Amino acid sequence: MTAALSALFWRELKLANRIGGGAAMGVVFFLILVTIVPFSIGPDLNLLSRIGPAILWIAALLATLLGLDRLFQSDQEDGSLDALRMSETPLELIVAVKCAAHWCATCLPLIAAAPLFGVMLAMDGTALAGVTATLAAGTPALTFLGAIGAALTASLRRGGLLMAILILPLAIPVLIFGVSASAAASGGTVPFLTPFLVLLALSLASIALAPFAAAAALRAMSD
Amino acid sequence: MPFLLRVERLTLARGGRTLVADLSFELKSGEALVVTGPNGAGKSTLLRALAGLLTPVSGAIAMTGDGVNADDPAAIHAHYVGHSDAMKSALTARENLAFWGAALGARSVRHTAPAPDDVLRRVGLPQVADLPTGWLSAGQKRRVALGRLFVAPRPLWILDEPATALDRAAQDRLAAEMALHREAGGLIVAATHAPLGLEDAHELRLGDPQ
Repeated sequence: MTAALSALFWRELKLANRIGGGAAMGVVFFLILVTIVPFSIGPDLNLLSRIGPAILWIAALLATLLGLDRLFQSDQEDGSLDALRMSETPLELIVAVKCAAHWCATCLPLIAAAPLFGVMLAMDGTALAGVTATLAAGTPALTFLGAIGAALTASLRRGGLLMAILILPLAIPVLIFGVSASAAASGGTVPFLTPFLVLLALSLASIALAPFAAAAALRAMSD
Repeated sequence: MPFLLRVERLTLARGGRTLVADLSFELKSGEALVVTGPNGAGKSTLLRALAGLLTPVSGAIAMTGDGVNADDPAAIHAHYVGHSDAMKSALTARENLAFWGAALGARSVRHTAPAPDDVLRRVGLPQVADLPTGWLSAGQKRRVALGRLFVAPRPLWILDEPATALDRAAQDRLAAEMALHREAGGLIVAATHAPLGLEDAHELRLGDPQ
């Protein structure tokens, strides 16, 4: 079973790299989102550094959704999902491994790029560290929650937008605690750990529960 | 112990319409079942149900035999080759087959499973091993997809129109491989309109859609 799962993990990473430029694409999208904000609100450095964590979080959220709609859709279209469902490995684990691979391929580069892009928003060192830490802690929740939407819309031709509509409301708690923890890192009344631990809890809960929901959705869709 | 596929009082519905009602049959090692019928009669539905991809309205599908646990779903001892090839167009033929070998192979048989390169030679396509499958023709893709049957040996083959897009020579090769599989104690359930060259196979004719 572990051999099957590691084969699946590497296949997903290989596919992410060969189709659509993989990591680079998400990072460029992230960069563009971060860049257009100063253009739209003006070059006020104080304002930018105050809302910097929020901008990075919203940009990361949108960049995470990019490509998530294809998580199961491409396997559904080419018949791979049928064959995967006939393996001895439970579908829940297959979903979890696909999410983990998707996180490594799209979110890890975002987390690595976040401190660089934060400099463009006039954020100081502690704020950059805070944002990077909260993104690392919070993006697994986004990926795994997104997997539920991806599974629900796997058999729809243009499911991408519907998936975003389904998933963005669920991402609000992650966003709230992510942004408040990053804000707390650079001073404030709330200690950093309080929202950060809630963020970790959200991630852990999604990792534990979302594969079951997504697997159930995939089974129901194919009936 | 030879394999036995037992289907009992199986009822299948698609979109509220009953396609297969109260179907029972048994298939023993070395036997083949050819499912025929007009378009929309439920051939693919029956095959997908046997592959565990569709929940039956009622009835049971069970498999017994060597290495099959009593509570195993039949699907994990079966291969399903349907209309789509389950090949990633960005991966090479070798990578695709290697992946399916790892994902579908059972622990007990993995060491006896042939390597992807041997399988490609067996389906007559050793020259495409390093090409992305997206570059292959429909018939070549289908042959690589049929290679899945060999990289992860499983006793029950569920084939939905397996000869689609195959040329004459490849069809003959498929017939020969199916004969070999049956000789080795395997079972085959195939849906087809064209003859597949399965000798003394049982035939199940599904009725016209109600």
